[in-house]
Amino acid sequence: MSRARAVNLLLFAMLPVTALVALALDEPFIITLATKAAILALAGVGLNIALGLGGLVSLGHAAFFGLGGYAMGILAHHAQTFTPLMEAPFLIEGTKSMPVIWLTAAIIGAIAALLIGALSLRTSGVYFIMITLAFGQMLYYFAISWPAYGGEDGLSIYVRNGFPGLNTLDPIQFFAIVFTLLAVVLFLAGRLAAAPFGLALAAARQNPERVETVGLSPYRLRLLAFVISGAITALAGTLFADLNRFVSPTMLSWHMSGEIMIFVILGGVGRLYGPVAGAALFILLEHILGGLSDFWHVYLGLLLLLVVLFARGGMIGALAGREVAHD
Amino acid sequence: MSTLLLIEQVLNGLQFGVMLFLMAAGLTLIFGVMGLINLAHGSLYMVGAFAAAAVAGATGSFLLALIASLAAAAAAGAIIELVVIRRLYDRDHLDQVLATFALILIFSEGTRWIFGSFPLFLDIPAALAGPVTLPGGIQYPAYRLLIIGIGLVIALGLFQLIARTRIGIQIRAGESDREMIAALGVDISRLYTIVFALGAALAGLAGALVGALQSVQVGMGEPVLILAFVVIVIGGIGSIKGALVGALLVGMTDTLGKVLLPGLFGAFMEPAAATAVGSSLASMAIYILMAAVLLFRPTGLYGSA
Repeated sequence: MSRARAVNLLLFAMLPVTALVALALDEPFIITLATKAAILALAGVGLNIALGLGGLVSLGHAAFFGLGGYAMGILAHHAQTFTPLMEAPFLIEGTKSMPVIWLTAAIIGAIAALLIGALSLRTSGVYFIMITLAFGQMLYYFAISWPAYGGEDGLSIYVRNGFPGLNTLDPIQFFAIVFTLLAVVLFLAGRLAAAPFGLALAAARQNPERVETVGLSPYRLRLLAFVISGAITALAGTLFADLNRFVSPTMLSWHMSGEIMIFVILGGVGRLYGPVAGAALFILLEHILGGLSDFWHVYLGLLLLLVVLFARGGMIGALAGREVAHD
Repeated sequence: MSTLLLIEQVLNGLQFGVMLFLMAAGLTLIFGVMGLINLAHGSLYMVGAFAAAAVAGATGSFLLALIASLAAAAAAGAIIELVVIRRLYDRDHLDQVLATFALILIFSEGTRWIFGSFPLFLDIPAALAGPVTLPGGIQYPAYRLLIIGIGLVIALGLFQLIARTRIGIQIRAGESDREMIAALGVDISRLYTIVFALGAALAGLAGALVGALQSVQVGMGEPVLILAFVVIVIGGIGSIKGALVGALLVGMTDTLGKVLLPGLFGAFMEPAAATAVGSSLASMAIYILMAAVLLFRPTGLYGSA
């Protein structure tokens, strides 16, 4: 087994081991932290498909994260107030069922990513960064100024949504759901990267002219990657909202986009397990530094600066060496 | 809606536009010359505002406050250029985004550390606090008029600087071929520091000027930063002229959209619903404008491919 595989396995096992140890010690708060790390890692895995594989530096992924959150918030809000979401032209009712909400969120994330991506991918480089950022902010301001679903105050959900056969209010059971989803998505993302589509996408990042010469359209490859990425990030958004039983425009703000990007970078760009490492490290830092000082973002900023300037492979790069880097 | 009110709103849009120009000019210069995307530009805006508020609080002089904002932002800009930014010029955009995002975290939380979470207030000087009567009987705040004036003077000065001075020639040369001007004996790293500090000073001045209209608080630079991005995407990255046109377009669209759209929807909807739809759409108007410009000109109005 290579060093990189050992590191990946270790990272993958780290979250459930933490959760189980916390269960044994009767520390539900630690389980919740592990759940949060798994959800944020899922969002990072989503972004990593666009960022690491496709080379698309999107600074607007909070849009999909927040849309996922609002999909959950709006559906559950209508279910708990017993009002239909829409009556004409056909009836849509709210729901408290997780699988239905996940599917809805992923579809909404995919559609939003299709629209935003179709426009943004006409440009590249620094334009792309600014445009994805701007579209993210557009949704943010829309959520603030649209009063129907709480506006700036956000939406609260009284009871966590249900999953058939499980008690989602029990921290370890909710963790199990989240972690299973993360594992499935990691598996699929790994297959995607090795599939012809993933190879073509990576090729379009490294040498778009050559990809075009062999008859593939880099625009369509990137758009599809962006859509998949948006759907996964939206799925993470619903779980995050479900964890907090609350959704607000903060989930759509560009700080969120920046944070999701930080998970990917701290872990290592283009590495399948990078976001898992990054999100876990982020939660750990938040917990430790946040306990030391209210101003822990200063230290987070310094750390990020050091990683960007001096340790470009991120955490996995430092642990596993550079030979397995994608580039 | 009366004509007088409309003209007043147009002036508000103009004032907002020239403020955005001060931000966008720095961003677009820095991108044009150094190829760097600087998210921390909003932090420099905030540094300017805080420096102005602190100096105005200590001395009571608004002029000194403005000078302090220019000096503090330029100094902060020069320092981060020397310490961090210059390591980023030959990195890809992702590294630039992350490093400057890290700078935002440091600046925002650092400022909160020093000044606390409560907003500071910067008072408009008494001489400018009242309204002036413009031709046609329009009453308009003197201070806002001053902002429009300062903004336009700076725009003009910047065009002259770029077009006529030695440093302007070097900046333009740096945009087209940085190796060549280095080979010709221009100290390129000094030029970069100067350009960065200049952009920072403009952002700081904008922060101080707007700080007197709103409150001076942590995070005040970020909404403006994002609007400045929209401005330079519309205008074309690297073009000062594009930044001016884009800033005025965005300033007008945003201000007039907020005033006119709720009324427009009120013509055929219930008042409450019209306000909701109108204000939500108004908050999205500039992004729709940006999307429309991109559909027809992916590199912006004055951008080169």
